Amino acid sequence: MAFNHKNLIDITEYSAEDIMTILQTAQSFKAVNERRVKKVPTLKGYTVVNMFNEPSTRTKSSFELAEKRLSCDTMAFGGTSTSTVKGESLVDTVKTLCSYKIDCIVVRDKHAGAPYKIAQTSGLPVIDAGDGKHQHPTQALLDLYSIWEAKGTLEGLHVGIVGDINHSRVCGSLIPALKIMGATVTVIAPNTLLPARPDILGADYVTANLDEALPELDVVYMLRIQMERIEDAPFPSLREYSLLYGLNKDREKLMRPDTIICHPGPINRGVELDSYMADHSTRSKILDQVYAGILTRMAVLYLLLGGNDGANS
Amino acid sequence: MALILKNVRAIDPQVNLDEVCDVLIEGDKISQVGKGINAEGAEVRDMIGKVLVPGLVDIHVHLREPGYEQKEDIQTGTCAAAHGGFTAVCAMPNTLPVTDTALAVEYTKARAKEVGKCRVHVSGACTKGLKGESLSEMGDMAAHGAVAFTDDGRGVQTAGMMRRVMDYAVQFNKVVMSHCQDESLVGSGQVNEGVVSTRLGVAGWPAEGEELQIVRDIALSRLTGCPLHIQHISTERGLNAVRAAKEEGLKVTCEATPHHLFLNEDMIGTNYDTNFKVNPPLRTIADNQALIQGVVDGSVDVIVTDHAPHTAFEKDREFELAPFGMTGIETSLGLMLTNLVNPGVISWQRLVELMCIKPREILRVEPVSISAGSTADITVIDPALAWTVTEEDFESRASNCAFIGYDLVGRATDVYVGGVATMIDCKVQ
Amino acid sequence: MEECAVKNVCMDADEIERALTRMAHQILEANKGCEGVALVGIVTRGDVLAKKLATKIKEIEGVEVPLGALDISFYRDDFSIYIAPQVLGSNIPFGLDGLKVVLVDDVLFTGRTVRAALDALMDFGRPSCVQLAVLVDRGHRELPIRADFVGKNVPSSREENVRLYLDETDGRSCVEITQLDAGQRAHSLPLSSKEGE
Repeated sequence: MAFNHKNLIDITEYSAEDIMTILQTAQSFKAVNERRVKKVPTLKGYTVVNMFNEPSTRTKSSFELAEKRLSCDTMAFGGTSTSTVKGESLVDTVKTLCSYKIDCIVVRDKHAGAPYKIAQTSGLPVIDAGDGKHQHPTQALLDLYSIWEAKGTLEGLHVGIVGDINHSRVCGSLIPALKIMGATVTVIAPNTLLPARPDILGADYVTANLDEALPELDVVYMLRIQMERIEDAPFPSLREYSLLYGLNKDREKLMRPDTIICHPGPINRGVELDSYMADHSTRSKILDQVYAGILTRMAVLYLLLGGNDGANS
Repeated sequence: MALILKNVRAIDPQVNLDEVCDVLIEGDKISQVGKGINAEGAEVRDMIGKVLVPGLVDIHVHLREPGYEQKEDIQTGTCAAAHGGFTAVCAMPNTLPVTDTALAVEYTKARAKEVGKCRVHVSGACTKGLKGESLSEMGDMAAHGAVAFTDDGRGVQTAGMMRRVMDYAVQFNKVVMSHCQDESLVGSGQVNEGVVSTRLGVAGWPAEGEELQIVRDIALSRLTGCPLHIQHISTERGLNAVRAAKEEGLKVTCEATPHHLFLNEDMIGTNYDTNFKVNPPLRTIADNQALIQGVVDGSVDVIVTDHAPHTAFEKDREFELAPFGMTGIETSLGLMLTNLVNPGVISWQRLVELMCIKPREILRVEPVSISAGSTADITVIDPALAWTVTEEDFESRASNCAFIGYDLVGRATDVYVGGVATMIDCKVQ
Repeated sequence: MEECAVKNVCMDADEIERALTRMAHQILEANKGCEGVALVGIVTRGDVLAKKLATKIKEIEGVEVPLGALDISFYRDDFSIYIAPQVLGSNIPFGLDGLKVVLVDDVLFTGRTVRAALDALMDFGRPSCVQLAVLVDRGHRELPIRADFVGKNVPSSREENVRLYLDETDGRSCVEITQLDAGQRAHSLPLSSKEGE
């Protein structure tokens, strides 16, 4: 029962019980977020640094809000203002931050493994907010929360993940997390968008055919096409991508009535999803995922920072 | 002054020697090998229990000077070589400026003469600035003593350019040493493509990116008649291509590093230890086994270290930003003894071929043997000395070595270069 | 779950029932009936006691008072050294503004739980007043807090733990005093898994 983690960097270090504790704690924070006073004093006096070394709007604002609703002091460090731009190494930057007497570092970095380096250097609790194409564990947790809330369970569900698996740090955490919770995972993408060994992440099935996979799925998780990298994308055009892998009204007839749709956002309307599917009142859980981001991040901060000063009886 | 190394087990398959005897060194030559040697006024050192072999040569070393002296320089690099038991190294040309002119060859030779603790053979770049675009002045460099040509650190990208390099080099009777890496396949690859690249979420460096250029360069060797040496071979299929070339009778040789023999991708943990980041990357356990088999059966001609020193701060950073390479010249012999000789996987004779005889053959430099008249380049090894690899023990300026912490058995204790002691009792002189 | 030697059973099931009946009467008397009164129990077990008090008030007055449960996990002052193994969450399905809130807990000890509960309550709304009802007051207050309604005063040592067990959560009802081992902290027993919502 005891939650004995100091960092959230690699979701595979978490057991099903640990993940369930996070989801249940997130549910308690939902009650807080439904009140007029959406804030609790739990982390009063704690200082959390949000070190975003890569552009991020959603994850960064979600963390910031979660931190504020736990009453901690937050400091943004990164973006164009980072000293890494001035040539300072990550290690020196982290040592500098530690001299401010901070309590936790939330990090987004374009390099895989950077959160480990930071944890190793700082000795502080570190939360990975996305490292390269490696992992993005809080995204996986909020996805699990949304699916759990919609379906009532995670075990036995069949989840299909569609799109650029290879460049997706979301998949790096989500696929192993789904496996830990007992779900079945099918990845749906052309080989050019797959990592060398999707089975290593935990994928049970791999297919390039969305239409064949759709009828089997309880959850369809649509990944975002990174428009900023479209120039050297390993597929011919957005049009062809959308024809083969876009979820649209025509494809709905292949889905079960209770199949839900998730997407980590922001959506490229008309590419991964048409508006009919993106805005579907019962199937689309995309906005629930955004809300779940606040709840799960509050839960993670609460569980990682609490009970660390002494022996937990 | 004369020196007698007494009661030492001298091993040299070149002269069918493997017996406990004495070796007399006078001046820079071995003057007598036999039992019960006495010479008036000679210093006598009892070497009972030790093994004496022709001096070890490492034909793939980055000494970093000129240009990167914060990583290593000719003095520290050659001290490390002596400490590892080597009497000679071949320096790679990826310095700053690149060793692509006779002037640069002369600089390295002069520095080595001044501060070196071992012989330094110099390799020159195949193409100007290692850019793979135009031929370097190989003729002039050869005239000034360059022993081989290589663009090590990069592959020569186009087949046309590589053909031109080999076509031109063949007139000098020098070997072209090839670093095989097809950049269009490898891209920003960090670790072997497959299990570990997927697990760590970093770009993969596929085996095919190496194998394609091995196959290409063998074909070009056939076409041009130029001797070809494949550097730091890391895969089973690459080695099979070399095997086939040898069976065909082509002048093709290859080398393997201890880290490609004894380390593999599975050892790269989730702590992203940058000391495991090498080029070519650590491959699979199956590749380890295939390469060791190649060492046993002779398909692998020489053991090299690709000694690649870096500063601590360069390695203490994000995996994707850290430079490739690890040091190895001080651990190579100990690893070979511990993993292959002591357990009986290979014989002492085979070790001498791999680390003493073949390296000189490939570089086309003067052979050394344990016989009267030979140059006294000698390595004395204590095969039973147990030691632990530590940072403090290194003579190298760098300590980016993934073998730190390993317990090894066997290391060089005494080294003589041209009859002059460069190491006595594990202490570099 | 540690088992300690039971030194003393200071209330049995009947005594608990009688104390709760008396407290229900006292609450009604102090508030001149039950208009505007709401009961909020602190999880775990305070919420069960609140439910029992609400039942008794219904028996006496025939009125169902609003009933809520308050989880103070997010308001604790010892968060950095101890986090509850399970956050059960609050459930207060009514507005607190203007109500006379009777906060219900099992054992009143240092007063820190009540301090946290008061802070938590204020984030739910603005009650016109807050009163405190506890089944056991064991002394050793560390904050200026006192109970308005007490089932029983139980003098105890700091080295002892005073624990309430209830039929609804533990299969038996009593208040026990046990000896604490060195380094052990006094706290109420976590709910066993058989507890259903």
